[in-house]
Amino acid sequence: MTKTLLEIKGLSKSYPGVKANDNVSFTIQEGEIHALLGENGAGKSTLVKMIYGLVRPDEGDMLLHGQHYMPHKPSEARNLGVGMVFQHFSLFEALNVAENITLGMEHAPPRAELNEKIIEVSNAYGLPLDPNRLIGDLSVGERQRVEIVRCLLQNPQLLIMDEPTSVLTPQEVETLFKTLRKLSSEGVAILYISHKLDEIKSLCDHATVLRMGKVVDTCIPAEETARSMAEMMIGGELSMPTAREFTPGKTLLHLESLSLVSLDPFGTSLANVSLELRAGEVMGVAGVAGNGQDELLLALSGERPTDPSMIKLSGVEIGGMGPTTRRALGLLAAPEERLGHAAAPDMSLKENAFLSARVRQGLSKSGFTLFGKRDDFAREIVEQFDVRTPGIDNAARSLSGGNLQKFVIGREVLQKPTVLVVNQPTWGVDAAAAADIRQALRDLAASGAAVLVISQDLDELMEMSDTFAVLAEGRMSKPRPAAGMSVEQIGLMMGGNLEESANA
Amino acid sequence: MLRLEPRRQPSKTMRWLTPILAVAITMVMGGVLFAAMGQNPFAAIKIIFLDPFFHETFGPYSRSQLLVKAGPLILIATGLSIGFRAGVWNIGAEGQFVMGAIAGGAVGLALYPADGIWVLPLMTIAGALGGMAWAMIPAFLKIKFNTNEILVSLMLVYVAYNFLAAMVTGPLKSPDGFGFPESRSFTAVDSTSLPMVYEPLGMHAGVLVAIGVVIAAYVMMERHLLGFQIRLTGESPRAARFAGVNPALIVAVTLGISGALAGMAGLFEVTGPAGKLTTNFPVGYGFTAIIVAFLGRLNPIGIVLAGLLMALTYIGGELAQLSLGIPAAAINVFQGMMLFFLLAVDVFVNYRLVWKKEVK
Repeated sequence: MTKTLLEIKGLSKSYPGVKANDNVSFTIQEGEIHALLGENGAGKSTLVKMIYGLVRPDEGDMLLHGQHYMPHKPSEARNLGVGMVFQHFSLFEALNVAENITLGMEHAPPRAELNEKIIEVSNAYGLPLDPNRLIGDLSVGERQRVEIVRCLLQNPQLLIMDEPTSVLTPQEVETLFKTLRKLSSEGVAILYISHKLDEIKSLCDHATVLRMGKVVDTCIPAEETARSMAEMMIGGELSMPTAREFTPGKTLLHLESLSLVSLDPFGTSLANVSLELRAGEVMGVAGVAGNGQDELLLALSGERPTDPSMIKLSGVEIGGMGPTTRRALGLLAAPEERLGHAAAPDMSLKENAFLSARVRQGLSKSGFTLFGKRDDFAREIVEQFDVRTPGIDNAARSLSGGNLQKFVIGREVLQKPTVLVVNQPTWGVDAAAAADIRQALRDLAASGAAVLVISQDLDELMEMSDTFAVLAEGRMSKPRPAAGMSVEQIGLMMGGNLEESANA
Repeated sequence: MLRLEPRRQPSKTMRWLTPILAVAITMVMGGVLFAAMGQNPFAAIKIIFLDPFFHETFGPYSRSQLLVKAGPLILIATGLSIGFRAGVWNIGAEGQFVMGAIAGGAVGLALYPADGIWVLPLMTIAGALGGMAWAMIPAFLKIKFNTNEILVSLMLVYVAYNFLAAMVTGPLKSPDGFGFPESRSFTAVDSTSLPMVYEPLGMHAGVLVAIGVVIAAYVMMERHLLGFQIRLTGESPRAARFAGVNPALIVAVTLGISGALAGMAGLFEVTGPAGKLTTNFPVGYGFTAIIVAFLGRLNPIGIVLAGLLMALTYIGGELAQLSLGIPAAAINVFQGMMLFFLLAVDVFVNYRLVWKKEVK
């Protein structure tokens, strides 16, 4: 006999120009794993932020165990048994596990006692952690454990998880699911946000579907297909990338023993990375975050110059050139971090279009911005890539993650690059937008360009890559045809077992 | 317990109202300060803000001083604001002001008593180069050794002061000056004297240059690639690098521009209002310009208004010293309050104060 844990009644929240949540109601039972589905900007974040006390609703009410529940701040929510694990971790790399956990507590117990508790709780839930290790030395999967254990120490009754698996290897995902199922069997409810519909299908008991801030559907994921759930989210038919014939052309990008020392004390240096990327080819580079992906992107975008001969574009040595020259020659890049790297948060979309497209699109003349041309290009990106925004005058910060990602990818694709390098092109992006982005990248390759996709999302790489390589601890495996590789094989390679590729 | 909570959406209107609010609070608190010194606060505030315009005897002179004082402030603040928008904090404009005056002045003295309209432009260029060279020291150290430009540029102010003292008692001392620590008068010779364009408003050639610089700075920041790169660097250094901006170049360019403009302002000061190089010709324009830049929201038009306002407090302050005997230090405090309250009001625009009981 299950009891209702949280009842959400008619929550509404408006921001200037947009109704983020409109009369949202649903209930979560004790011990239930409840999925929240929706496209980017459907209102999922706003909803969970209201439950977690980060945002106050304009209207509506919530009941926790039948009692009125309306937290003013996260610490209040935590005290009442609601915990949340964010997509972006809030951990300090230079502090150890226990110190980071202490920071989130209002009345932290003495260190020895806390250490014991961390070990006890983390082992009980199959997430072993050493309280004395530095966060900077932990893998992304382990960092997530810290966040989860931090919540579990507060004995939550409801755990909110935002995109928890987007950064994990398949093996780590399995471990996480075991933990979540164990929690659920102990009566802890889990509100689970993910864009990976297959996961939701295997993990969640119920799902609530949001579209444009409203609850449009509910379902039992086990009885649906990933496709049918995706269609509920977008309220229409999902376009899947079409299969493509791959005939490699001449080599466009040639990396030869590319080495780069990381400037980040917790980063990974690149060691002897070599590959050949041919016209028409989409090469997927898999790997767990922090294994040199950022460094690879910086080396290719030109932000970190290398030896001239290490990088060749159509035979020209470009390793020593900066981003602007590389762009002029046709090598473009889209970094992982949308806000603050690929785009300047407080600048308008117009200025962000100008940011990387100036040279190739001729958006300035003798140093002076051609405003008309710049605005036209920004508008073209917004229209062709279906970027949902009130206008190109809006700041990049005001867009939802998925929409900004579409803008960033669109900005590079529309410049017709010879070679495009993208890092995590669909991270935190909903199914429909992700499908669009993948399709755009494949279309680009079909038109004769070469695309290098760095990603941690194996399904994505399997779906779109012609060839496949793994980056582990700064070293890269020999690229090989993607067809015929199993997810398990790749998962092992991602864990650092690069021989898997050589032997197979 | 009192706590500051960040506001989700700081109001845009408030951002522009804060300077006005800061000025208002400064008036009130300044009044309190003057009252504590035994003065009638209303009279003091009236003397500082209104008498420079309307006083029967002092009015005409004060009005002519407004642009004389606002000119250098606006010129320096415009340069500083360019750096500030890139996140390059040049605090040593005062030193660059002094070095520009020395460099430009030295050229004039070397040519003395040459005649010709090319003398003053040559001195102006030398002044700009002198200020720029002085600013290049913190720029070089920052680029090469990642030193903090705030500290280096600030400390170089005091080096510049001492260099000035050495110059006016040594190589640049006037041979006809009866041993006083000062240079020859620049205003005594037409070719080295800053021409006055419109006497009743005190509009000398330097003011015209300042207006031209404000317009040029606006165009550069809003329409030119360099301005875009400067703003981008300040907004998001990583995005700037991605866009192909060379951070070292931005440091050098912004410090160079602000140094050159401060140096130029210094030269205009000694060839105009001050008349000659002395140890006390720098009256702190280089520091006050920092307040002007922030009070003007780092925006060229805002800086013009803020420059005029600060000039007013200088002139009104002098009047208050004259007629009420308020010490100069109190006027400095009054000017400092303006920046203090601007920053304080800014905090409240971005945060709200909440009273919270400790949760047990």
